[in-house]
Amino acid sequence: LNCNGVIRHISSYIDGELEATVVEEIELHMRQCRDCTILVQQTRLTVHLYYDSDLVDFPADVQARLHKTLRKKIREERK
Amino acid sequence: MTADDHQFHAFAKMVGQGPHSVSLPVPRLARHTWFDNAAQIATSPAVPGRRISESRTAAGSSKYMASRCGVVLCYFSGAKHPTGLLANLVKTLTLSTPNPHRLPSKVAREDEHLLVAAAKSGDITAFEELVNRYERKIFRLTMNITRNREDAEDAMQDAFMKAYSHLDKFHEDSRFYTWLVRIAANEALMRLRKRRPNQVSLDEPIEGEDDFIPQQIQDWGPSPEQRYAQTEMRDILRSVIEELSPDFRVVFVLRDVEGLSTGETAEAVGISEAAVKSRLLRARLKLRQKLDRHLRQDGKH
Repeated sequence: LNCNGVIRHISSYIDGELEATVVEEIELHMRQCRDCTILVQQTRLTVHLYYDSDLVDFPADVQARLHKTLRKKIREERK
Repeated sequence: MTADDHQFHAFAKMVGQGPHSVSLPVPRLARHTWFDNAAQIATSPAVPGRRISESRTAAGSSKYMASRCGVVLCYFSGAKHPTGLLANLVKTLTLSTPNPHRLPSKVAREDEHLLVAAAKSGDITAFEELVNRYERKIFRLTMNITRNREDAEDAMQDAFMKAYSHLDKFHEDSRFYTWLVRIAANEALMRLRKRRPNQVSLDEPIEGEDDFIPQQIQDWGPSPEQRYAQTEMRDILRSVIEELSPDFRVVFVLRDVEGLSTGETAEAVGISEAAVKSRLLRARLKLRQKLDRHLRQDGKH
């Protein structure tokens, strides 16, 4: 397995979706390749940083309009 | 005194408080949690007044409802599940002080299906509680997909309305939240495609690998995220994800921000699982590359 092979599998490797033999090959490669080790680390951190991240504000006016609209539509629907 | 009254008084005695006869305030109970027995209330972190001991669990088919803020504890009688029998609410009594803390996620998951059951049987308050619980996350999702506030707001409103109208089609073997995310993702994608018809494809994996093979790998140092203030990090993450093309962003947001499975993401976007995997790989690598500009050690000291 070369660097490109590791890159192709990096996502599944992080998610633990690979067969044990492929995992072994990747880890064998990583022991000899600093770049790939860092790449895996950084990709993993990237995923970690974004997981359930609160990057969007929820403005009060958006919330108020949602509640108003839902109440109105539900009332209409129940008629 | 009816049998219900006797049971109620026994229950009131059990929780150590006098009964207050209250005219059914159910529609005003914005946040509530259902319990099968008093022991569940006693051990639930959602209710602050944990004075109900297991040995004194009320017998039979009684059900209890505790408001999420812990103010009102309601006692139900009747053999059927009380969610469909709000008229069976016999008495309420005040218990303890309000609890301003949010429900832990485990409890939130556990009582989700009870709220859904109540909403299905026509309890609007229960549906409102579901809205309160997930509105922030759903808006985050529709914003992350559309990157347009007006579209995101419309998509969120329509998603909740569709969820309400189609509640009867929701199968309780899956999580309500996942179902809601799928609806919201569809609404957001529809609007995104309308605005950028040529940029969002429904096709199979986008081939070509050369564009993301990383160059000049450099260490980010230990805990690069800690070198930045929380708000600064948030700005970096936000600007970086905005640069991602919609095809990649949608898949990344569903899989890695919202935590949907590959299959769920495939279904929501309308592409194959192979396409999800391929796009996710590319999205992750592209994001890493873009983050590299900010996080590499020589970028900031």
